[in-house]
Order: sequence, then structure tokens, then C-alpha cells
Amino acid sequence: MPEERTVLLSLKGLRKTFDTQEAVSGIDLDVYAGEFLTLLGPSGCGKTTTLRIIAGLEMPTAGTVHLDGQDITHLAPERRQVNTVFQNYALFPHMNVYKNIAYGLTMRGAPKAEIQEKVEVMLDLVQLTGYEKRMPSQLSGGQRQRVAIARSLVLSPKLLLLDEPLGALDLQLRRNMQQELKRMQQRLGITFIYITHDQEEALTMSDRIALMREGRFVQLDTPKGLYEQPQTAFAASFIGATNLITATAQAVKDDEVLLDIAGFDVPCFDSDWITPGETLLLSLRAERLHLSCEPVNTACWVRGDLVESHYAGGERSSTIRVPDGQLLRARATTEGEREPTLGSAVYCWWNKDVGVLVRDDREGA
Amino acid sequence: MKKNAPWANVYMAVILLLLYLPILVVVLFSFNSNPGRTANFQFEGFSLQWYQDLFNPITGYGAPLRSSLIIALWSVLLSAVLGTLGAIGLVRRPVRKSLMGRGAAALMTMGEQVSVLPIMIPEIILGIALLALFTLLGLPFGMVTLVLSHVVFCVPYIYITVKGRLASLDPGLEEAARDLGATPLKVLTTITLPLAMPAVISGCLLAFAMSMDDFVISFFVNGPHSNTLPLKIYSSVKVGVPPHVNALCTVMLAAVFLVVGFSQLYQANAARRHRAHEKRDERERKAVEGRA
Repeated sequence: MPEERTVLLSLKGLRKTFDTQEAVSGIDLDVYAGEFLTLLGPSGCGKTTTLRIIAGLEMPTAGTVHLDGQDITHLAPERRQVNTVFQNYALFPHMNVYKNIAYGLTMRGAPKAEIQEKVEVMLDLVQLTGYEKRMPSQLSGGQRQRVAIARSLVLSPKLLLLDEPLGALDLQLRRNMQQELKRMQQRLGITFIYITHDQEEALTMSDRIALMREGRFVQLDTPKGLYEQPQTAFAASFIGATNLITATAQAVKDDEVLLDIAGFDVPCFDSDWITPGETLLLSLRAERLHLSCEPVNTACWVRGDLVESHYAGGERSSTIRVPDGQLLRARATTEGEREPTLGSAVYCWWNKDVGVLVRDDREGA
Repeated sequence: MKKNAPWANVYMAVILLLLYLPILVVVLFSFNSNPGRTANFQFEGFSLQWYQDLFNPITGYGAPLRSSLIIALWSVLLSAVLGTLGAIGLVRRPVRKSLMGRGAAALMTMGEQVSVLPIMIPEIILGIALLALFTLLGLPFGMVTLVLSHVVFCVPYIYITVKGRLASLDPGLEEAARDLGATPLKVLTTITLPLAMPAVISGCLLAFAMSMDDFVISFFVNGPHSNTLPLKIYSSVKVGVPPHVNALCTVMLAAVFLVVGFSQLYQANAARRHRAHEKRDERERKAVEGRA
């Protein structure tokens, strides 16, 4: 993305309280024009409420919403240049596909000819030409979903909000629609704010991901940044499979910290916020761990017993128990490997820059 | 259940007999050629004489039928507007109940309860109350008071059916319409009302039947120059049951059965269409899975 980016949507200090429950507790966010931003989080983390505030379907308890520099916090939903694709599609059951897609244009009072032209373009875009006369009840899930998208896109909104649009589709269809949506977004250049609780979907589709938890942003980052450099244990464990290993900081020097993991001295980067003696978690992605039967000439390693090993074609997943009882999971390619023996001692090593230290903020911690 | 089947069948037969025997008698005797007013309990022969009599100006059913229809149409029309708007107002209120003050929320709940009360209040009380009210207001008794009274007991039927329909509608549809640029008024006319229409119509049919059939309340608020069909029937049976009343009852019965049968057929059709779609959806889902 270019350096000079224009901010399309700006949320400041957004809060929303229902009765006594705080659904959104202070969100600041700038969304850039043309961006694909995903709100990711477990159910009940406030992502849908945030989306509904942007759409105008919910009034925030505090904070402001700016679209294109204009304050739209209290603007009625019909007067915002923002459209939404709802989770259950919300197609009008008493209107056929054509009328559903034409609805927004009809409300704007567009001339008949223009409506027809635009609807036809949309039908072509979502590959539903010939389905104009069908009623929503006569469509499959995937088709309904495409009508819902066409119905919003036909208004050429500045911003399209999508609330788990693929949630109700089966896996195969979901994969296809993910690619289709991403292509559509790039072709039309419309800014997308996308909600999902599927981390894989978020990683493959987004320019940036806002990971949410209990009404707050845990981390706002690129997919790569979120995966490679999680800032908290929650972020590390929510995205992808990871090992969170308990480690004690022994000494901090320069940009390095010396950790004690089950009696092994392991160096790690990223040290300016750590005090010696502190107990931390080291996040190590399973696929970044390497196994070896002989000692390795590298700084970061631990030794343990191989307690579990599963051959899965291209890769093998192994579980190693280190002396203090912690279990490490490793996923390595099986290419040229020697069959490891269960119960034997193995060396588990990794490159110093793949380990990320985080504080424990998980449930019950 | 299977074990007790014979007893269950006997029980069913007795219930049905008790329910329908009186009606059967009326239908049967509407074709009885015995002209006796009080002692026509002997079936003498088949005749359509009494049906012919209904159209005879001497029996005088024309005017009451016309006023009954006019009253029913007006009261249903007014009730449809009042009941539908009331239901929309209460189901689709702009503010969540939980966000209102406790007093306002309690008032709202009370409003919901009170609005269906006329169905539960004994008709005789409603009749006397309306009589007192109209006297107090100095309204001349006649068509106007009849229509107003019928509106009172018709509104709840429409209100209840429409409210049920609205409650089962996805509020997301109205939000989607707003999102696509419809003002609240446009949402009402293009989304809410069309979707509520089946319930409005079925509520209207029910209310129409109730209005055509009402005797007690009409009895109290009727004027010297108006007469409804039930009131006319009542006055004709003061001295025995004239045979043409049997014929009239049979005609009304047939009309009711037609309406009910039609609505049942319509619902059954809708259900069948729905099932067909579901089956098709299932097939497509399987096809998708097959490809995967």
C-alpha cells in the first residue's frame, strides 16, 4: 500500500453499553480508502456491535464516527454512504432477485433505465444473470449470499460492511466465495470492513486485521505482523497453532534477554519491557520448530523426550516433553527424515528471531 | 395410543356428534317441506321453498343483510388500520424496552395487555358500557354506533394476528432496508406492510366473521332505524323457528365453511411450496458436497 493513504473511516473513543453490559469499550480506528480490514475475534467480542455503529443501526454511547472527514455519528443509516451485507443475508422474501438488487436504487429515485442497467451489471458480476425472476426462497445459500452482496454493491458505497457473510456456507463454497469476494474488492476498489471469527479467512483475505476481545482491540496489524509478531498470548493463541512456553527471564542485556526454559538457557530478542526474574510466555509456531537427534550448533534449543509422533504425509506432527513437564508441538516436513523413535531424546531448535515473548493474558491468568 | 385406538375412536365420534348434531339438524330441516313454525320436527319431504323465501321481500332479510355487510365492512376497515398500526407501533418500537425508564416500560407492557382486553370482557358488559358511553356523548343510536362498537371488539383480532406475524419477522429485514437508503416511512410501506399483509387479511376475515355474527353488543347499541342480520333472526324466532331461518343459517354456514376451507387450502399450498424449496435446497447442498 502506498505511503500517502487517505483515511476513509475514523472511529474515535467508541463505546457502546447495553443495559449494564459494555459491548464496545473504547475503540480507535482509522480505515484507509481501498483497504480490506477484518475485525476478528471470538463471538461476543463486540465486533458486530462495532459494525452496526458504523452502519448507523446502533448509536454509540460515546465516541465519534467520521466518514470522509464528515461526522456521521448521529446520521440515520439511510443517509450514510455505507452498506451492509448481513450475516443471514436479510433478503426481502417478498421480492424477486431483480427487485432485491434494485431496492436501494429505487429508494434513491433513480430512473428505470438506469436501474435496469446497473442491476444487469451486478447480476453479471455475481454470476446470477437469468435469475432475475427467482424469489429468495428459490435460491441456494451461495446464491442468496451473492444477491445480498450485489444488493449492497449496486449502490457503489464508499464503504461496504460484511458481517460474517460466509458463515452459513459449507466449506467448499466458503473457499470459493472468499476468493471471489477478494477479487471483487480489488476490482471495484471499495473499502471493505469484514467480520469473521475464522482466523484462516482473516489471514488470507485482509490487508489488516483488528483482533478484538471483550470490546477492545488486542492488536491491529497486517496478517503477517499478527502471525509473526503477536503482542499478547491471546493474539498468539487465537491466530494459528502455537506453543506458549513458560519461561523465566534471567538477564536482560542490550536487545537480548536470556531465558530459562526447563533448565535450558535460551536467548531471545525483544527485551526492553522485560524485568529480570519475570515469568513470561514464549510463543513458538509449531512449523518453525525443528527436531534433531544430535546436538545442534545453534543458540536456541531445548532437549526433551519424543512422546508422540504422527505421520501425516507431507509433514509430521510431534510432541516433545521437556524436563519440567511442558509439552512442545512441532510440525516439520518429512522430506529426507529418519523415522524418529518414540521415547528417545531429541533436540528441539529454532531460529532466534521466530520466538516472540508475550505476557500471559489468557483466560484465568 | 395404538392400544386404546378403539376407545379413542368412539370418544372422537361422540365429541363430533355432540358438536355437529345441532348444526346437522338445522341443515336437514332447511330442506324440510313441513311449514310448521313450532312443530316442524317431522321431516315430510325435500323442498327448496325456504331458500326461495329468503329472497322474498316479505321475510325482510334484504335490509338487515345489507346493513350487516356495511357495518362489517366499515368496522373491519377501521379496525384493520387501527389494529395494524397498533401492532407495528408496539412490536417495532424505536426504543428498546430495556432502555426505557421503568415507568415507561411498565406502561408499554400494560398497553399491550389492555389492548386485547375487549376479547376477554364479557360481551354483555361491553354492550352496556358502550350503551352508557354513547348516551353520555349524545350520539344517536344507529349505524354509527354499531360500527364504532364493532370496531371495539374487532381491533384485538387484527392486532393479535398482525402482532404475531411481526414478531416472527426478522427485524434485520427492516434494518437492511434502512441500510439500503429507505426512510422509516418507506420501510413501512415497502417492507413491513407487505410482509404483514397475510396476517392483516386473515385478521380481517376473522373480524369480519365476528362482526357479521355479533348479537349481544349490537342489541345494546342498535337504533330504531337500523337492524342487523343476527338481530333480525332473533326477532324472527321469538315465536318458534320459522323454516326459512334454517335456510338462512345453512347459507351462512356454507359461507363460513367456504372461507375457512379456502384459507386452509391456501395455507396447505404455501406449506407444500415451502417444503418443495427445502427439498431443492437439500439436493443442491448434496450436489455441492458431492463435488467437494
